[in-house]
Amino acid sequence: MDSEDEFNSSQVSEDEFMMDADSDAEDDYGVDHDDVGFESQHTDIKPAKHAYEVDFKVCSPEDIEAQQARQVADTSSLLEQPPEATAILFRHFRWNKERLIDKYMDNRDAVLEAAGLSEEAASSPPRIEKVPGFVCDICCDEDPEETFAMKCGHRFCVDCYKQYLRTKIKDEGEAARIRCPGDGCNKIVDSKSLNLLITGDLKERYDELLTRTYVDDKENLKWCPAPECVYAIDCKVRDKELMRVVPTVHCDCGHDFCFGCTLDDHQPAPCALVKKWLKKCADDSETANWISAHTKECPKCHSTIEKNGGCNHMTCRKCRHEFCWMCMGIWSEHGTSWYNCNRYEEKSGHEARDAQAKSRQALERYLHYYQRYANHEQSAKLDKDIYLKTEKKMQQLQNTTGMSWIEVQFLDSASQALQQCRRTLKWTYAFAYYLARNNLTQIFEDNQKDLEMAVENLSEMFEKPVDQLQGLKVEMMDKTAYCTKRRIILLDDTAVNLREGMLDLDVIHEREC
Amino acid sequence: MLASKRLGKELTKMHENLAPGITKIKCDDFQEWLMDIRVDDNPLYHGEVYRLKFTFSNGYPIEAPEVVFVRDETHPIPIHPHIYSNGIICLDLLDKSGWSPVNNVESVCVALQSMLASNTKNERPPGDEDFVRTNRQRPRDINFVFHDDKV
Repeated sequence: MDSEDEFNSSQVSEDEFMMDADSDAEDDYGVDHDDVGFESQHTDIKPAKHAYEVDFKVCSPEDIEAQQARQVADTSSLLEQPPEATAILFRHFRWNKERLIDKYMDNRDAVLEAAGLSEEAASSPPRIEKVPGFVCDICCDEDPEETFAMKCGHRFCVDCYKQYLRTKIKDEGEAARIRCPGDGCNKIVDSKSLNLLITGDLKERYDELLTRTYVDDKENLKWCPAPECVYAIDCKVRDKELMRVVPTVHCDCGHDFCFGCTLDDHQPAPCALVKKWLKKCADDSETANWISAHTKECPKCHSTIEKNGGCNHMTCRKCRHEFCWMCMGIWSEHGTSWYNCNRYEEKSGHEARDAQAKSRQALERYLHYYQRYANHEQSAKLDKDIYLKTEKKMQQLQNTTGMSWIEVQFLDSASQALQQCRRTLKWTYAFAYYLARNNLTQIFEDNQKDLEMAVENLSEMFEKPVDQLQGLKVEMMDKTAYCTKRRIILLDDTAVNLREGMLDLDVIHEREC
Repeated sequence: MLASKRLGKELTKMHENLAPGITKIKCDDFQEWLMDIRVDDNPLYHGEVYRLKFTFSNGYPIEAPEVVFVRDETHPIPIHPHIYSNGIICLDLLDKSGWSPVNNVESVCVALQSMLASNTKNERPPGDEDFVRTNRQRPRDINFVFHDDKV
């Protein structure tokens, strides 16, 4: 396991976490990182650190290799097992060190059996040999020159074994838990046997996959989801904390993402809220909302009716019920006022109207937040275009005014601040949609408003023609700093309240609408 | 290469003898075979002949073959909680997680016979109708969840 090759980072699947994995976060990288406990960060001990920031560390592929090797070495002596077997045991227990040691001390034989190491693991090393009169069960060839079997005794010719391992590694992406090809045999192919059978590119791929399973298994590690990125992030925020913490991390490749769900940074909204909001926006549940807001039901048979003209005297095509479109009451009660319904207070139509009003209100409420969310998303996309144009502007500015490269950097930082703030703003609207009103919501909305105004001001300046930009430099830098400051205030405030449980987010219980 | 060599050997062996209740129907190439099975010791399936279609990839027997029941006038699809009415079989032996290259056409037939022989429930899998209506995937691409270890 000493591969130093590059490997592609692809999307990390939703990790299944083990609930009892509390202890596997041993400090296994010798670096002394500035780890203040998570809980104490919002106090004034470390003013440099904001409440919405979390501790994390970016790990290179080499770091990950080293971490694994160190853990194996440390535990190997404790278990009195060679490193290969220890590594298999670790993988079997999905790198949960405490559980491994616990179970191992409890029932050594059962653990070895379950991990596929049952027979005396230390004795004679695996080797390729010729066995006279042997018939391979895979290719059915008689008397092959080279055969191989692990301790389980399931012997196959080397070609078949190799073909099997190639399929498992290349096609199925397996590494840590490849089993013996024998029918029903649970013995895991250990690394010594593998080294004997696979070579070259396959070996490289195998080592990559092994590293991947380590990161996938560890609750405190996640791959950066950016394309081609090789880094993993080490962060101690646990799944169960995610309702109170939004752990945005910054990979060395430049990608900001949420450690909880690996989606793009979505502060200040917690993962569960984001998931629910995205689903809500994607679902056609809103079509249903439209229907309930724009149509009415026949008070008798509940057929859905959209009125597209004509008078208020409705006759349901289905059940022939006659009613008034305005008040939803029975038509016969309307007497002679044929085309005008002035019976608003009549009881017969009251209930039907109530249901209608509710649905309309809920829809409008949703639309209020959605439009603002979508607007910032759209603007962020446009800002990205601006970002691309920024470089050109910077060049133009350099050429026309004789400013140096360093002097035009204010445009770049303005553009970046703009994107960051828009992303935050976007999520504040999803956040606000689920936020139950209390005395803190006013503060939240004020913060939101302040940030929004700051952002729009900066955005406007950005669109000025190049020749004016030079004169606006100081103002633009001020506004950039102000935007960033407003964003920090908003995030800080929300993070503290979220952590303290002061905000009531309606994401667990479905809101009726 | 490996597939045709292995299938050729399986064929030679099957010429000599086959387990009871198993008949080869069409085995004239190395891509697709048809086999018939009977399960006479279970009243649910007594007297019926079921037809199986095996489709082999070049990776056989390292890769599992694709095995489905096929229906025609004389061959129904057996009713079983793990067999969908379109003939798709949910059995871990046929999935990459449960397949071993030691298995062969005959052993798969025997496994399916015994899966039918031990069944007492005269029913289709839950959600059969939906699955049959909506599924366009090949069996090997479906992610079955094997939750029933009793078969």
